[in-house]
Amino acid sequence: MICQGCGQKPATLHFTKILNGQKTEFHLCENCAREKGELLPGGSNGFSIHNLLSGLLNFEPNPSYGEATSYHQLQCKTCGLTYSQFTKGGRFGCSDCYSYFKHQLDPLFRRIHGNTSHSGKVPARSGGAIKLKRELEKLKQELQQSIAREEFERAAQLRDRIRDLEKNISQDHL
Amino acid sequence: MDLQKFINNAVSNWMSGEGEASDIVISSRIRLARNIKSLPFPFLATDSQAEEVLQKIEHILKSAKFDEKLELIKMEELTPLEKRVLVEKHLISPNLASESRKGAVILSDDESISIMINEEDHLRIQCLFPGLQLKEAKKLSDKIDDIFEEHLNYAFDEQRGFLTCCPTNAGTGLRASVMMHLPALVITQQINRILSAINQVGLVVRGLYGEGSEAMGNLFQISNQITLGQSEDEIVDNLYSVVKQIIEHERQARKNLMENSGLHIRDRIFRSYGILSYARVMESKEASQRLSDVRLGIDLGMIKNVSPTVLNELMIMIQPGFLQQYAGGILSPEQRDERRAKLIRERLQMENMN
Ligand SMILES: [Zn+2]
Ligand SMILES: [Zn+2]
Repeated sequence: MICQGCGQKPATLHFTKILNGQKTEFHLCENCAREKGELLPGGSNGFSIHNLLSGLLNFEPNPSYGEATSYHQLQCKTCGLTYSQFTKGGRFGCSDCYSYFKHQLDPLFRRIHGNTSHSGKVPARSGGAIKLKRELEKLKQELQQSIAREEFERAAQLRDRIRDLEKNISQDHL
Repeated sequence: MDLQKFINNAVSNWMSGEGEASDIVISSRIRLARNIKSLPFPFLATDSQAEEVLQKIEHILKSAKFDEKLELIKMEELTPLEKRVLVEKHLISPNLASESRKGAVILSDDESISIMINEEDHLRIQCLFPGLQLKEAKKLSDKIDDIFEEHLNYAFDEQRGFLTCCPTNAGTGLRASVMMHLPALVITQQINRILSAINQVGLVVRGLYGEGSEAMGNLFQISNQITLGQSEDEIVDNLYSVVKQIIEHERQARKNLMENSGLHIRDRIFRSYGILSYARVMESKEASQRLSDVRLGIDLGMIKNVSPTVLNELMIMIQPGFLQQYAGGILSPEQRDERRAKLIRERLQMENMN
């Protein structure tokens, strides 16, 4: 593939930029990429995926949150990173940024990953409560079904297990 | 340094040429990005917060039960050249070498495990295996991850999964990648069609880079782009099945090449072998191309007296960091080209004597 910049050298850098839902592919040689200031593999002078991301992050705020919570004023209270710093740098400052910028992130994750929620590994310790919660939701559904089917003995068993689990979860949070 | 000793020093487990389809797949890597709750990510951390991360990890290394012998090396203890050599062996990132504060790496004896500390994320657990061994690498990285998680409060969220500094890694935090040698697809000009098909199934392809700007020796690294919304197994299985298809395409292209232009391929391969055996000056771009040709010659059974792993080694040893380490000092680019030619000549002669 030939570089789209100079049309001479072979393109050695390939990347995709998605801006306002428009997908653009770039194929550049390293010289042209450096000139564009877009990226350099692994180098310290210039390339960072974060520059690319910042293009992705500068989208319109979600209108349903109104002016009062204008996304420009959002700030992570733990690390102090503001939402506009985040859109410029493309990096979160700490793990709490994910909750402070929560309402802005769905479109971002959808654009990067095509998805907004995790469906992989749940760690044993940090995710312990989550595992219980997921089981609890499953049991509650089963309970509804057995009541609907008038299987009252089964429903009673389920109700007891749900009580046990709920007790565990509340202890976990003490 | 004598050459044999230098080679022993340069060779990591992942260059051993073992594993499934090792004629085409050089190595398989799994990387997990992990962070500690309640501490800012490295780029925002103060020196003392970064030190805290380092100390937590050092403590785990001493108290937890790992099956492997692991050693922690702090970046501040290394010379720039030593760091460069670790980068060239793919054991640390250029970023950790040049920009991290309180950066460190934990290496296993055979270097199949490398864990970066205070890179972009607090922890980057990396397992590197020779050949196509993605599932094996995933299993090992998962095991190491579990051990760290027993001792650390990971930043994890029900909806977003493992919370990483860069949104491109959130979710599983898992990057799976495979380094492939695809000379026949390049020669037969099918490579672009295949690479663009790969992009469409959520995978990314990068050439590997040598000194300067050119992609090295028909080596391509293929990895997953999506980390959120797919499970670890889905990510690995998806990459695995695409890699299997590319292997088949490369094998078919090699067969077609031999049938349709066997003489020209043979000529090209032996010319490259001749040049590598006798040249006095060798730029890195030419070296990697010629080495790729010779490797193809070995895989096609034309060159029988050179072991395929020599090429995996040489691809690493001819890079600037290694050349300078071998020479025992800083070299100008011209000196490097001369040294590179000499190193390759001597290495190939050594093969002929075996
Ligand atoms: Zn160009
Ligand atoms: Zn924060």
